[in-house]
Amino acid sequence: MKIDLTDTTASKINKALVQGRRAIGTPAVGMVLTMVIVTDEENAYDSIRAAEEASHEHPSRTLVVIKRHARTLRDRTTSRLDAEVRVGSEAGTGETVVLRTYGEASDHADSVVLPLLLPDAPVVVWWPVDAPENPSADPLGALAQRRITDLYAVERPLQVLEGRTRTYAPGDTDLAWTRLTPWRSMLAAALDQARARVTSAAVEAEAENPSAELLARWLEARLGVAVERVVSAGPVVTAVRLGTPNGEVVIDRPEGPLATLTLPGQPPRTLALKVRPTSELIAEELRRLDADEMYAVALRGEAAKENA
Amino acid sequence: MSTKAPEPERPAARPAAEAEARVPAVPADDWVNPLRDARDRRLPRIAGPSGLVIFGVTGDLSRKKLMPAVYDLANRGLLPPGFSLVGFARRDWADQDFAEVVHDAVKEHARTPFREEVWQQLAEGMRFVPGDFDDDTAFKQLKDAVDELDASRGTGGNFAYYLSVPPKFFPKVVQQLKKHGLATPPEGAWRRAVIEKPFGHDLASAIELNRVVHEVFEPEQVFRIDHYLGKETVQNILALRFANQMYEPVWNRSYVDHVQITMAEDIGIGGRAGYYDGIGAARDVIQNHLLQLMALTAMEEPIAFDAEALLTEKLKVLKSVRLPDDLGASTVRGQYAQGWQGGEKVIGYLEEDGIDPESGTDTYAAVKLEIGNRRWAGVPFYLRTGKRLGRRVTEIAVVFKRAPHSPFDSTATEELGQNAVVIRVQPDEGMTVRFGSKVPGTSMEIRDVSMDFAYGESFTESSPEAYERLILDVLLGDANLFPRHQEVEESWKILDPIEEHWTRHGRPAQYASGTWGPREADEMLARDGRSWRRP
Repeated sequence: MKIDLTDTTASKINKALVQGRRAIGTPAVGMVLTMVIVTDEENAYDSIRAAEEASHEHPSRTLVVIKRHARTLRDRTTSRLDAEVRVGSEAGTGETVVLRTYGEASDHADSVVLPLLLPDAPVVVWWPVDAPENPSADPLGALAQRRITDLYAVERPLQVLEGRTRTYAPGDTDLAWTRLTPWRSMLAAALDQARARVTSAAVEAEAENPSAELLARWLEARLGVAVERVVSAGPVVTAVRLGTPNGEVVIDRPEGPLATLTLPGQPPRTLALKVRPTSELIAEELRRLDADEMYAVALRGEAAKENA
Repeated sequence: MSTKAPEPERPAARPAAEAEARVPAVPADDWVNPLRDARDRRLPRIAGPSGLVIFGVTGDLSRKKLMPAVYDLANRGLLPPGFSLVGFARRDWADQDFAEVVHDAVKEHARTPFREEVWQQLAEGMRFVPGDFDDDTAFKQLKDAVDELDASRGTGGNFAYYLSVPPKFFPKVVQQLKKHGLATPPEGAWRRAVIEKPFGHDLASAIELNRVVHEVFEPEQVFRIDHYLGKETVQNILALRFANQMYEPVWNRSYVDHVQITMAEDIGIGGRAGYYDGIGAARDVIQNHLLQLMALTAMEEPIAFDAEALLTEKLKVLKSVRLPDDLGASTVRGQYAQGWQGGEKVIGYLEEDGIDPESGTDTYAAVKLEIGNRRWAGVPFYLRTGKRLGRRVTEIAVVFKRAPHSPFDSTATEELGQNAVVIRVQPDEGMTVRFGSKVPGTSMEIRDVSMDFAYGESFTESSPEAYERLILDVLLGDANLFPRHQEVEESWKILDPIEEHWTRHGRPAQYASGTWGPREADEMLARDGRSWRRP
C-alpha cells in the first residue's frame, strides 16, 4: 500500500503510517530499528532495495531522505516536503517513508526525521553517497547510534579515510570495513591453523582501495608488524600474505569468488570468498548496533596505541 | 613489536611469544591468535580445523538435515578451511558418487542459496568409505581416510563421528572405532561422538547405552542431539528469563497457576511403524524434549551460561520432580482412531501398516508433574504430546493466577481469562502475552487480548536451523545445548514408573484423528478445575 503526500508535515506522515497499517490489518508490528537513508535521487532506488532486503532480517522503519535541488531560483526559495508512505508488501517487512525535501527544508531534514523515529528503538543513518565530513556532527548523524558511510563512493578514498580517522566517534562505521569481514575471518581461521608468530605481512589490492588500506592497518595493529601495500590489477583486494618462521600463509583471490589458502607444510585449499551485495553488507551492519571498536583500531592503525 | 598488548585476555601470552620468536617450533599452548579479539564481534565463531564422519549417511536424517546443514554452515563461512566430510554406509560408491548424493541433498534441502564456489570448497574434502559395521577392512579404510585428510586438508586429527544409525548398532560402531584407534585423538586433538535419540527405552537400557559409549569416548566428548534445544526460541527461554527484569519476579508459585507444555504433531507414524510400536509418544517425546523444555522453564538461574552450570540447574529440576500419588488419575494415554484431519480422511493407529491390531502403544500422552522446591511447590506442570492432533505446534504456556481482588463487577470481567505468557517454540516462533483490556465503549467490559512478539516471522531468514547450530557447537566443543547422560537418566527415572503403571493398568483411550486428544485428558484437567489451552 502506498500513500502519496505533497507539501506535508511529519505529523501528517505519522497519521498516514497509522492509516496504512490499519488498512492492511497489522496495527502493531515488531520493528526493531529505524533506518535513515540520506541520499540523492540517483542512488535512492538501489539503496531502498538494499534496505528492504536487509529488513527481512531486521524489520525496520526506513526513512529515505532525498534532498532535491530545484533548478530555478524561484523554486529554490520555496521550501516544501513531499512524502511517499509505503507499508505492507511494498516495504519489505517494515515500513518505508520516502521524504523529498525542497529548498530550506533540506537544511532541516532532522526536524522531519525526529518525529518519525520509532519510539525507544535504535537509529541507524546510512549515507550511500555524499556522506558528511564529520558524520557524528551532522544533524541527522547526531540522532543515530550507528552511522554508516561508504568509502567506495568517494572520489579520493584514502584522503577521506584520513578525515574519518580524525573525526571518528563511537558508532561510526564504513562499508569498506564491512566488506572485509570474510577476509578477516578467514585470515583469523588460517592463523588458528598455522599457530605461528607473524613476522611480515603484505596486502595486495588495486590502487587506492580503501578496504585494502583498512585491512593493512588492522593487520598492523593486531600483528605489530609493518604491512607492505602491493598494488595489483584488482579487482579490490586480491591477496594477503603473512610471513611466519615456518613459511608463508597466503590467501590469494586473483578474480572471481574462489580464493586459495596456502599454509606452510600443507597443500593449497580453495575457499569461497565472494564479493557480497550491498543488502548483505547492510544486514551485517545492523546485526550489532554498539560501537565497533575494531573499526576504530583499524582506522588508527599501527601508529596509534589501541587504547590511547 | 610496536603494539602493546592491552587486552586482559592475553596478558602473559605476548611476551612469551616474543621470547620464543627465534625458535620457530610449535608455539606453546598459550599461543593466542592476535587476529582474534573479544571486542571484534563481526568475526564469527568459526570451528577449528576439523572433519565430520557420518555413519548411516544414506539415511533420511542425513540427507534432509545433516548434509544441508553442513553446506549452510559452509555458506555462512562458519566452517574452517579444509573442513572435510566423510560418509560411511553400505553402498558401493566412490568419493564422486558420494559428492553427487550430497550435491542433490544440498540443492533440495539447504536453506541458503546454492553457490558453486562454496560447493567446490566443500566437495574437495568429501570422502566415502563403503562397508558394514562388522567389516574390519572398512574401518581400516576409514582410518586411512582420516589420516589422509589430516595430511592433505589439515584437519589436525579433530574428528566428530555422527552416529546417524539405529541405537542397536551403537555398541558395534563405537567398539570398531576403538579397535581401529579412531576414538583416541592424537596429542592436542579431539575425537567426539554425536548420538541421536532414543537414548534407551528405560532407565536400565539408558545406563547400558551410556556405559557402552563412555567406554570408548569421554563423557564430555559425547554430544546427544536434542534438536529442540538447537532452536532459537528454546535458547530464547533463557534470554527471556534471565536477561530481563520483568518476568523473573512473577515466575514462581505466588503468581503462576500452572504450566502447560505441548508438543503436537498432525502427522501419524508414517513409515516408522517398526521404530514406533512399543516405544510410544511418552518415550519418544516426553522423556527428552518435553522434560528438557520443562527443565529450562523451571530451573533456577545458572551461575554462568556454560555447559556445567546449565547441567547443574537442569539436573536439580529433574531430580526434584514429584510424580503424583495416583498415577491413574494424573496421566492419560491415547491412540488415534480414524477420523478427518484437515480435510483428509486418515486411518487409525491400529490400522496402520505393520502395527499389531492389539498394540497398547500410546500415540498420545499427557502427564501431570510437580516440582518439589520452594519456587514451584503446588504448581502443576502438564506435559502433553501426541500424533494426529489438531495441528503441528510446540509451545510452553505459563498460566498465571487470577487477580486476587477485582474492583470491577463480575459482569465486567466475565470474558476475562487468566493471564498467560506463551512461548511458541514452533512453528511461528515467538512469544505471546495474554492479558485483559477494556473493550472500547461506554460500558466497562474487560476482555482478553494478546500481545505478540513474532520471533519467527521477523528473524528466521538468517537464524540458523537447529542442526546447523548443533553441528557447529559439536565442532567447537560447546556443550551448552546438549543434554548430558545424567539428565537422560534422571528423565527416565521420571517416566519409568508411569510406563510401568500403564503396562499394568488398562489400555490407551481412543481419540479421533484431528482433535486435541482423548476426552480423558480434558477430564484430567477438569478435575483440577483447569482446561487445556487450544494452541
